Amino acid sequence: MIEGILIGLTTALTLQNILMVMVGCFFGTIIGMLPGLGPMTAIALMIPITYGFDPATGLILMAGVYYGAVFGGSTSSILLNAPGVPGTVATSFDGYPMAQQGKAGKALAIAAWSSFAGGTLSAIYLLFMAPSLSKVSLSFRSPDYFALMILGLTAIAAFSSKGQFLKAMMMVVLGLMLASVGQDSLSDITRFTFDNMNLTDGISFVLVVMATFAMSEALTIILKRNDPTSAAKQVSLTELGSIKINKEERTKMYKTIPRSSVIGFLIGVLPGAGATIASFLAYGMERNVVSDEEKEKFGKGSVNGLSAPETANNAACSGSFVPMLTLGIPGSGTTAVMLGALLGFGVQPGPRLYMTNPEIFWSIIMSMYIGMVILLILNLPLIPYIARILAVPKNYLIPLILFFSVTGIYVMSFNNFDIYLMIGIAVVATFLRLYDFPMPPLILAFVLGGLMEENLRRSLLLSNGSWEFLWDRTLTSCILATTILIVLWHIYKTFSKKN
Amino acid sequence: MNINTTKIISLLFFIFSAFYLYTAYQIQVFAFDENAPFNARTFPIYLGYAGLFFSGLKLILPDPNTIKVDHENLEYKKTGILILIAIIYGATILKVGYFLTTSLFLFASYYFLGERRWILMFLLSFPFVAAFMYLLHGILDIYLRDPFLQSIGVMG
Repeated sequence: MIEGILIGLTTALTLQNILMVMVGCFFGTIIGMLPGLGPMTAIALMIPITYGFDPATGLILMAGVYYGAVFGGSTSSILLNAPGVPGTVATSFDGYPMAQQGKAGKALAIAAWSSFAGGTLSAIYLLFMAPSLSKVSLSFRSPDYFALMILGLTAIAAFSSKGQFLKAMMMVVLGLMLASVGQDSLSDITRFTFDNMNLTDGISFVLVVMATFAMSEALTIILKRNDPTSAAKQVSLTELGSIKINKEERTKMYKTIPRSSVIGFLIGVLPGAGATIASFLAYGMERNVVSDEEKEKFGKGSVNGLSAPETANNAACSGSFVPMLTLGIPGSGTTAVMLGALLGFGVQPGPRLYMTNPEIFWSIIMSMYIGMVILLILNLPLIPYIARILAVPKNYLIPLILFFSVTGIYVMSFNNFDIYLMIGIAVVATFLRLYDFPMPPLILAFVLGGLMEENLRRSLLLSNGSWEFLWDRTLTSCILATTILIVLWHIYKTFSKKN
Repeated sequence: MNINTTKIISLLFFIFSAFYLYTAYQIQVFAFDENAPFNARTFPIYLGYAGLFFSGLKLILPDPNTIKVDHENLEYKKTGILILIAIIYGATILKVGYFLTTSLFLFASYYFLGERRWILMFLLSFPFVAAFMYLLHGILDIYLRDPFLQSIGVMG
């Protein structure tokens, strides 16, 4: 492991890669601040730029964007009570009241330090957990992978759908259907191309991500007359107050951070759960463990109430890398985008990544830590200036998002058809978003579609067409049982709500 | 059964799944693969049935969380114009070239979204695209096809 850490450090500490982490953190912070534009959009917009880099550098840039976006989301939560990303909703519960009391600078500093500590601790957990998990996952066979993908898709549908499980499952199926367009990987038979040569290679992953996130996000903002920057114009972003944290506040944070980081990391590891659930759970748990006197302060500007979700959401980000790096199965929509980018680089994540491309595996883990340090150095002194970016008018923001989306497709294919297809998918996605059809399950399904078919093919061929492979191995049965439990839990929750 | 837009979307998805399933059955596989436990049409067929199942359930089951969209407050005109500009941008980018079409696309989008600060609009279109092109083409070595710049001798 020491050797791996050194490989990772050597790769991550090159001038180019440090620069990439800095650019990623800065760009991610800006995008994450704008309500509605989360880490997925930020990473999707970065994909065209990563074409010019090697896989490790490209991924380091994306990891920086991811952390930056989560941190940026906290800034708008605290200053404007408008969370940039769902994972920072819980941050606004105590961060915004603190800002209203004239302690915005302090709230941002607590958020920055908590994010740093949460991210650092979870990078350490990841450092120890990922290699052992990689070794365990080498024993996984095709039926286990197939079952695991079913679990991942069901979990993301259950957790990301805000009570709209069936809608999320429809999006999963739509994502798998889109992935099935083009040549069959084994027989080279074309499917669903309708004799259009442009579809023979299938629909590009970048196209689907740009269309369903970046472009449809921009169209939704215009359609709904939302101005993500309007709230910024109503608050004074220069009067943030002191960013110093006193001893009493530090003592509170010392207790909160370790427990919230463990919750965040473990929730992040679960497929589909992610930063949102982690931050809410950490907030809830923190409220239960603090003294009655401190409990009274929750919702009114509590240090514990702000530190807990901030620690947990950053820890969950690192946790979500575990299934992606060790099993090749993304745990969240954001890591699904990163997985798609990795596949685009010709790198196959999974247990063997640890052995075949140790420089990628370790440099991502190392760059997470470096990213945390850079976020802290970059964001603490720059908070008042970065916050002003919130006031960029949407008249400029929207065309720039559309421009980045079209450029991404243009440099990839030099093909008009792909641009029309992207616009078409974006229009459909915008309409579906209006009626609360979630997009992350679609992306996860699209990324997993090919792998899922491959593993099902192998399993069915090995079992001579029998579906017994689903319960032949204990591991497969356990994974499927977990899937069934998630579905049953969801049905129970839906009916208990109705009653 | 209460008919709302979500149900209509589910119905459309049901029809789409039925069409997908029909097309999946039409996929031509090799003769020796016809009776294999798994061939090119197996997975799409399962997907077609899954689509019918979930959209069918959504159609039949009551919808307690009905989403109401206030269509009168939606900005259809600006969104439509923006989509149209994007389509024109897509149609001309290959023939005219990246620099000119992208700059004009940005300029037109700012204008239609209500911006009237001409100098800022200009700076955030033509020079901005030139700088971005330099980043992609000059520094990152990502090829950008541009017949217009090639014709005036700016690009090799």
